[in-house]
Amino acid sequence: MATKKFKCKVCGYVHEGNEAPEKCPMCSAPKSEFEEITEADAAPKKKGIDTSSNVYTIIYAAVMVILVAFLLVFVSSTLKERQTANVINDTKAQILSALNIKDQADVAAAYASTIKADMLMQADGSLVPYDGEFCTGYSAEYDANRLHVFEAEVNGQTKYVIPMNGLGLWGVIWGYIALDEDRTTVDGVYFSHASETPGLGGEIAAPLFQSRFPGKIVTDNGKVALQVVKFGKADKNSPFQVDGVTGATITSTGVNNMINKVLTSYLPFLNAK
Amino acid sequence: MAKNNNEALKQPIWVNNPVVVQILGICSALAVTAQLKPAIVMGLSVTVIVAMSNVIISLLRNTIPNRIRIIVQLVVVAALVTIVSEILKAFAYDVSVQLSVYIGLIITNCILMGRLEAYAMQNGPWDSFLDGIGNGLGYAAILVVVAFVRELFGSGKLLGFQIIPQWCYDHGYMNNGLMIMPPMALILVGCIIWIHRSKNKDLQEK
Repeated sequence: MATKKFKCKVCGYVHEGNEAPEKCPMCSAPKSEFEEITEADAAPKKKGIDTSSNVYTIIYAAVMVILVAFLLVFVSSTLKERQTANVINDTKAQILSALNIKDQADVAAAYASTIKADMLMQADGSLVPYDGEFCTGYSAEYDANRLHVFEAEVNGQTKYVIPMNGLGLWGVIWGYIALDEDRTTVDGVYFSHASETPGLGGEIAAPLFQSRFPGKIVTDNGKVALQVVKFGKADKNSPFQVDGVTGATITSTGVNNMINKVLTSYLPFLNAK
Repeated sequence: MAKNNNEALKQPIWVNNPVVVQILGICSALAVTAQLKPAIVMGLSVTVIVAMSNVIISLLRNTIPNRIRIIVQLVVVAALVTIVSEILKAFAYDVSVQLSVYIGLIITNCILMGRLEAYAMQNGPWDSFLDGIGNGLGYAAILVVVAFVRELFGSGKLLGFQIIPQWCYDHGYMNNGLMIMPPMALILVGCIIWIHRSKNKDLQEK
């Protein structure tokens, strides 16, 4: 004997039996909300193509993937040039930011007038001009042992900017440190990060943390002496210690390790006076 | 299914809020609410993306093979997010730097998949668009409330401006470090759900 089917109009629950249940087991709707489904309704309305067939599914997936792939390639290739220009501009703005030149309307012009040369440090600490394209990722440059130093002139004084890379808590962190002509006094710093916690590790990118650096001394007796210590532990009279970010000990340690690692590689330059 | 247009827009903002009633998008609500600014940006981005993907899926809904519909939805969302991210990188670089990881997080936001599967697959494009806007704003509203409390009590600031005056700190007031930690966001969302349930009696479990 064929059982009848009843569909709940509220939630779509289908009940099989001779009559509709008193109460829908899914949504507690009363019996009156049920309606009988006759076979004609239950059978899918075949209009055009059967969307659940294997062939249709495979063709649909293939077409979709190809269309989306072309779309993405098109978008990516048309915007590539603008994006690269933006990244270069942003990198220049970061370098200028370490020299305390911030919020420039025309970054490229400010960079051209401030940064006199993009140099590479040699093993003996001397600088030779770098003649390649302007770099935007200094992590790879560091790994390839091409140690960049930017020579800048701000208000008639020579400054040096060194790019730095390291690891924070969740991902990479990077920054630039600007030194005075004596190659030991910090003029300014810039830090940024890929994915540190906002409000905690992310604060390394904030002015408050970066304002603790200017005037500090980088090297002592030929070794890197600049340290980022746990918040509140920095000796106020020490020219080498800087307070970390409160509540972000691991990111602060990351900044400390980054400064230490990178500046150690630059020691020949820092000690050559 | 002929829901009033206004309902599709208004319902999700309070009565059927995606975060506190549908319990969708909790993960990102914890991650981006330590400060007000990323919370607002994230809320608006999600609103735009939900509305756009809702419309696209709604237009395609009769052609999508049932067995691969989740993948189709995912591809649409991922493609959309990637394109938006590329466009931002080219034309609004500052915004894209601020969004950084959040733009990728949008893809994994459960609100998107939830609304596509629950609403756009059954409704027309205009209704789906309104539903997307409504759910996005409902999500944004919760984010802003949570971020407001967390930033105010966690760092004494709002949108980066100092709100709690220095003399409070001089008299021994301290920022609540727990507020910045993700668990506090969960507790705050819990409090919002509590208030919400007490106002909407029909949602209370017996």
